[in-house]
Amino acid sequence: MYRETEIIKEATPGSNGEAGVFTINVGPQHPATHGVLHLVITLSGETILKVEPHLGYIHRSIEKMCESLTYRQFIYVTSRMDYLSAHINNHACALCVEKGMQIEVPPRAQVIRVLMDELTRIASHELWWGAMAMDLGAFTPFFHAFRERESINDIMEETCGARLTMNYMVPGGVMQDIHPNFQNRVKEFLRLYKRKIHEYDELVTGNIIFQNRMKGIGLLTPEDAVSYGCSGPTARGSGVSSDIRKVLPYEIYDKLEFDEVLETGCDSFARYVVRIREMQQSIRIIEQLIDTIPEGDFQAKTKAVLKLPKGEFYTRVETARGELGVYIVSEGGTTPYRIKFRSPGFSNLSVLDHIARGSKIGDLVAMMGTLDLVIPDIDR
Amino acid sequence: MWSLSHIANEIHTWLSNTFNPTWTLVIEMVLAGVAVIGLFAALGLVLVLMERRVAAWIQIRLGPNRVGPLGLLQSLADTLKLIVKEGLTPDGADKVMFNVAPFIAMIVAMLLMAPIAFAKDFQLWDLNIGVLFVTAVSSIMVISILMAGWSSNNKYSLMGAMRSGAQIVSYELSAGLSIMTIVVLTGSLQVSDIIHSQGNGWWIFKGHLPVWIAFITFMIAVTAETNRAPFDLAEAESELTAGFHTEYSGMKFALFFLAEYINVFIVCAIGATLFLGGWMPLHFGSNNAFNDAMDYIPSSIWFFGKTFCLIFLIMWFRWTFPRLRIDQLLNLEWKYLLPISMINLLLTTAMAILGWHF
Amino acid sequence: MFLTDYIKDVTGAVKSLATGMKRTLYYFTHHKEIITQEYPDNRDTLVLPERFKGEVVMPHDEKNEHRCTGCTACELACPNGTIKVITKFDISPEGKKKKAIDKLVYHLELCTMCNLCVEACPSDAIKMAQTFEHSVYDRKQLTKILNHPGSKIMEGVE
Repeated sequence: MYRETEIIKEATPGSNGEAGVFTINVGPQHPATHGVLHLVITLSGETILKVEPHLGYIHRSIEKMCESLTYRQFIYVTSRMDYLSAHINNHACALCVEKGMQIEVPPRAQVIRVLMDELTRIASHELWWGAMAMDLGAFTPFFHAFRERESINDIMEETCGARLTMNYMVPGGVMQDIHPNFQNRVKEFLRLYKRKIHEYDELVTGNIIFQNRMKGIGLLTPEDAVSYGCSGPTARGSGVSSDIRKVLPYEIYDKLEFDEVLETGCDSFARYVVRIREMQQSIRIIEQLIDTIPEGDFQAKTKAVLKLPKGEFYTRVETARGELGVYIVSEGGTTPYRIKFRSPGFSNLSVLDHIARGSKIGDLVAMMGTLDLVIPDIDR
Repeated sequence: MWSLSHIANEIHTWLSNTFNPTWTLVIEMVLAGVAVIGLFAALGLVLVLMERRVAAWIQIRLGPNRVGPLGLLQSLADTLKLIVKEGLTPDGADKVMFNVAPFIAMIVAMLLMAPIAFAKDFQLWDLNIGVLFVTAVSSIMVISILMAGWSSNNKYSLMGAMRSGAQIVSYELSAGLSIMTIVVLTGSLQVSDIIHSQGNGWWIFKGHLPVWIAFITFMIAVTAETNRAPFDLAEAESELTAGFHTEYSGMKFALFFLAEYINVFIVCAIGATLFLGGWMPLHFGSNNAFNDAMDYIPSSIWFFGKTFCLIFLIMWFRWTFPRLRIDQLLNLEWKYLLPISMINLLLTTAMAILGWHF
Repeated sequence: MFLTDYIKDVTGAVKSLATGMKRTLYYFTHHKEIITQEYPDNRDTLVLPERFKGEVVMPHDEKNEHRCTGCTACELACPNGTIKVITKFDISPEGKKKKAIDKLVYHLELCTMCNLCVEACPSDAIKMAQTFEHSVYDRKQLTKILNHPGSKIMEGVE
């Protein structure tokens, strides 16, 4: 076992590791970790004394890889970080390059980017909803969530040519113009989504078992959320205003009407409700934009070889999981000198030990569900 | 008229004429054993397929449709796969207990078959404490689970087993109490008496609200007792990977799997016997034309129809609800189900004494 | 009062569970909501969108001519080293030497379908095909030579 005695001594002062305290390895191959996260849990019976996450099972050194790729090439790699919000990752990188190159993105490209971001956000939250219900032992919502997600994937496939790792954002705009069917398909999706939205409440949200499993567990105070660096729905479930789309608007988000979803419950249920309501806000944004995509270029004229001026550049966007920061250090060449991604999943995972202490194993699984962890995003 | 009891009587007469009484008894026992094992195999195949179909349709999928016509041979293929697989025994396991545990699960399931009336006058053993026998034997099930969990030398298994122990022991109380309501109304523990008392209407129609409450409590409690979702904490695949049978593979795993389905069948059969009249056709008081029409349907079809309706109910639970947490599970039993069923038993007793039921 | 709260709790809980069961029963009985596609069976009717990125191909016309000038823009654009352009020098009838491709080697096993090579190509010589069943028994079969044997560059493409 992993340094068993030290953990026990640390976790239970005065116990010296006897009587009913034991450690258990959850992962790297475990149904609830949704990937290769490894948690070493110290337990007393069913009660959790300590959770220690071990990372690195899917570390592909993406940051180092990016150093050898040009500013056009490195964007595609970031799709493999948080693969559920691939568009938004690509968007963050494109924004950073544009900031360095002082490229003006045409309005049409901006609108298309925002539309794609919001569709991705809905798709990501759909998958989270299904996977979370599955963590709690309800299998059916998983398949129902995939029905709606599938229609978003079809839209992506038609316009971007791929379903998950689209690589649609390029510095200066988007790679191709939207497909002629795009608007109709999106409206069709909106109709489908509105017809099915009440099922989410019927199957999961309103269910008494589900509410009892979620309410009052995994308490994360606003102070802790800030000090652990939580962002996205995890922080907003604790009432911390952290939506980059509102706080530091990029693209056209400052011209759009949508609410930053805030819940003050601080528990797992609050984080759940934030994501459910966020889907509706994304629908609202899409409805505002879908009929008014401006005419014009979908891509700004850029040089064949992009060279960022010497200096440091940082941009951040709101992915489905929280704040993604892209930090580029340039020496003036065609490839970045150093790239650092501030991924939301890493900070959100760090809070797990804090909120899980004293709860039961079943709750740990529920909490991990509400943190919405994507392991490749944490390890990079 | 063709019926199961008719066939049984024919066989019995033929055997009695051919052999002496001792040999007749021996041969009949062997035949009964073979029949039970055959029923087990058939039920395993049917129930697994049924579960997968129910799950698929609820989850807007098609379900098994590749093996055989309409995928009907799917569970046969699964069985074949499980037989061919290697049955591993972990190094640190307690070898004897580890290997014996699945068989105990099966033996318990087999014993429970004894007092169930499959059709009119077709029953293995109509003992005078039939219902008590069922409650007593079904609690042995927990021993096999504890053995499996303890001997696997795996923390996940052990936790699953401990959960299951706490769960089965507590839910037996309310299951027993809801069975008691029918015993109070009937005045007998014998299965055949209970069924005959429903000749003029099933208890669920005759017994007003208390029997309804007892029926609902019974269904919840037996769902928990058979470790089915939303009470599948002993397995809880998202928390404990597979709970008490994490280390089992091949045919030993299949035995646990089969025992689970057999137990579901048995508890549903008991529920159907107590509340829905077993093999008794649907009768209403003195409406003779209607009663005669109902009698034309063979009693075995009545029994299996009712049982499978209840099995569907349990499957429907499984594919709708999320799982409870261990403390909530025990709260539900001790704070809700147990007080409700105790008060309900009092109500039923008053009703039985005052003769308010039909 | 305690008792009314208790009863309210129980009825509320039962109601919430019944709503969920009603929803699943709806799907159990409404089979036209099933969205499963029976993939290998529907291969004949399966239509992929024309932008689907399956693999890189080089279109040839009926005279076995392609549009590739051998400029290696795709090779430079590729982040994974998927494409290797091997050039040769053709002798034109006038006796001038002209650069042309000998082989355009494409490693499908390295390709991530990012579309950057197609974007980079100045003469639209390569495009994405809508195939997706790429599995083979031997890895060597994934290394493909995109220009057909004996093909040459189209007239007028510089």
